[in-house]
Amino acid sequence: MRKQRIVQVSPVSIDDASARWQDILRSGAEAVAVPLLAVLGALVVFGIFVSLAGVNPFETYNLMYAGAFGSWFSWQNTLTRAAPLILTALCCALPAQLGMVVIGGEGALVIGGLAAAAISQALPDAAPLVVQIAMAIAAMAAGAAWIAMAGGLRHWRGVNETIASLLLVYIAIAVFNHLVEGLLRDPASLNKPSTPHIGDANMLSTIPGTDIHWGLAYGIIACVLAYILIYRTTFGFGMRVAGGNVKAARMVGLPVGRLVLVACGLAGASAGLAGMVEVAAVHGKANASLIVGYGYTGILVAFLARHNPLAIIPVAILLGGIGASGGLLQRRLGLPDATVLVLQGLIFIAILTSEVLYGRLPWLKKVKS
Amino acid sequence: MTSTIKFSRRAVLQGTAGLGAAALAAGLPFGSAQAKDIAIGFIYVGPRDDFGYNQAHAQGAAALKKLGGFKVLEEENVPETVAVEKTMESMINLDGAALVFPTSFGYYNPHMIKLAKKYDKVRFLHCGGLWSDKDPANAGSYFGYIDEAQYLSGIVAGYTSKTGKLGFIAAKPIPQVLRNINAFTLGARLANPNVTTQVIFTGDWSMPVKEAEATNGLINQGVDVVTCHVDSPKVIAETAEKRGIMVCGYHVDQSKLAPKGYLTGAEWNWEALYPKLAKSVQGGEKLPNLVRGGLKEGVVKTSAYGALVHEKARKHADDIKAKLTAGSYVIFKGPIKDNKGNTVIASGTERGQTDIELEKMNYLVEGVLGALA
Repeated sequence: MRKQRIVQVSPVSIDDASARWQDILRSGAEAVAVPLLAVLGALVVFGIFVSLAGVNPFETYNLMYAGAFGSWFSWQNTLTRAAPLILTALCCALPAQLGMVVIGGEGALVIGGLAAAAISQALPDAAPLVVQIAMAIAAMAAGAAWIAMAGGLRHWRGVNETIASLLLVYIAIAVFNHLVEGLLRDPASLNKPSTPHIGDANMLSTIPGTDIHWGLAYGIIACVLAYILIYRTTFGFGMRVAGGNVKAARMVGLPVGRLVLVACGLAGASAGLAGMVEVAAVHGKANASLIVGYGYTGILVAFLARHNPLAIIPVAILLGGIGASGGLLQRRLGLPDATVLVLQGLIFIAILTSEVLYGRLPWLKKVKS
Repeated sequence: MTSTIKFSRRAVLQGTAGLGAAALAAGLPFGSAQAKDIAIGFIYVGPRDDFGYNQAHAQGAAALKKLGGFKVLEEENVPETVAVEKTMESMINLDGAALVFPTSFGYYNPHMIKLAKKYDKVRFLHCGGLWSDKDPANAGSYFGYIDEAQYLSGIVAGYTSKTGKLGFIAAKPIPQVLRNINAFTLGARLANPNVTTQVIFTGDWSMPVKEAEATNGLINQGVDVVTCHVDSPKVIAETAEKRGIMVCGYHVDQSKLAPKGYLTGAEWNWEALYPKLAKSVQGGEKLPNLVRGGLKEGVVKTSAYGALVHEKARKHADDIKAKLTAGSYVIFKGPIKDNKGNTVIASGTERGQTDIELEKMNYLVEGVLGALA
């Protein structure tokens, strides 16, 4: 295919330009159509599953839609649940550009949340904006250092980054519990050990006109920045080259080590920021409620988005919506909580297997010239 | 197939176009289906059939269902994050819940408080006994003095143990848990002053693998009666039964899991409390903001004795139970020493159930083997 295009390039014609546009349009349509088909396929299989459980599948779809997107309340419910997933998904998607599978976002989130709560205690008299910025910086720095450790182990010691980042999660949680139940504990938090409250004035507000906290906006901004970094800068180009072939990247003189460390650092920073948002927008303090698996769901989101930062946003909203509608399925249809996990699993498998459809959809096939 | 596709097209249209209008249209059929029944929501932090904490609450909800006149809404595995805020709000907005029971300790602050302020017509009742007069009037919190039942389990365990070594598997060294460990040990030493309780903290509320390991570890050390304070005692009871030792239950009756070795257990009695609270909502009465009680108030109860509990143990335990039920018995009565030899409750001091000092418990009594940090 490429060769053909090179041959055609020499006489630049209107025909050629329109063909290029058609090509862009075609691949764009494909990028939307394939995952959409996969989700539909998963929904059909899910429908069979619920009818085996004795529940009308159409009623289920209807309820899921009502619970996730059927009203402004449901939309807010969905978006609130999606917010932390966007940031933790970036933690997996950024190193993935380099061909690395980092699954330790949970650890960076926990450490980031802890750092944010701790720094707020060091600034008792500062203005709220100063405290908030300090919390964000501390959380991002702590998260960045955490995932960069996995990157460093990979680069200098050849340790598999998947295992290293996963094991670092357990260490992060142990450190977190140790400090929250010890040094940083608010003595008044008797039966649920927590750090002291950051103060109502220092809490992040909600996006005007909604009850969704600002974490959603941070996530979307971070995704756009990540997209620009990956696809519009030489640094991002270097990441993708190294991801494609590390040897070739070294041959052309790309600083692979720096790419690895910076990518891991940025990844950890975004998960750390998610931890800060949980502390500053939701809980007001760091405690065990931070450890609920947002980091792990983020991995799912990143893979479903094929590690494309812009695709992370709709995928996170989809998973947020599944979470939001899960409650309604339990309450109205008496289905167990695991039902939505089944759907999540089905969608995951469907999207992964749908990779084979790229270039094979009959109505989106490349027209031979 | 075709109708699926049709639906999803309509769905997409509804979702993207005029949200508000579509919302109302979609919401209406559900709203009108509710008739006169009062909708009551229950939210559990774990699975509702966990043979433990959450099942105890689900049994309370099931008792309500039997009564009639209520529409019971249940949601399980809801974490203590914005998820519980959205679940409560969803129950209120989409199902018209008039009373919500968020049953996990960590649901209270900030989540339930925030919602209680936002929806001042809806009543909220939380399990944990946390309400203070700074909190909204439509909010409330309840809890039981389950250490009374643990004390009785201790008496039974103290009599039936042959090795004199008891085991206690606990989640975290927080006051509520320490109070149970201490009450269990004090009860056991009432039966046999030489008994010791080896305690193991697993670090979290639901750690089935660690709990099984801890049970096995205790048995290998010669422990022959175990009990626990974790969310689900299931693996502990099953492991104990498999290894042929005895077990005292917690939260709900686990005798089915350990038919041979089950001695007795400390159970919640939400089946009694929830219908009471729901009926007062039905009658339009003001709900109490703080409900606390033990055996006397019927908030906690004990499991029926297993076959291995001999007559002497039954008699002693029943005797103390009668006194506790009458409200004439104090468990934490000085002199009580901690396991480092310091006096924690002086001779002549009685700390009754409502004593606020007990809520701050930060020691293990004499006879407990283990440390807090």
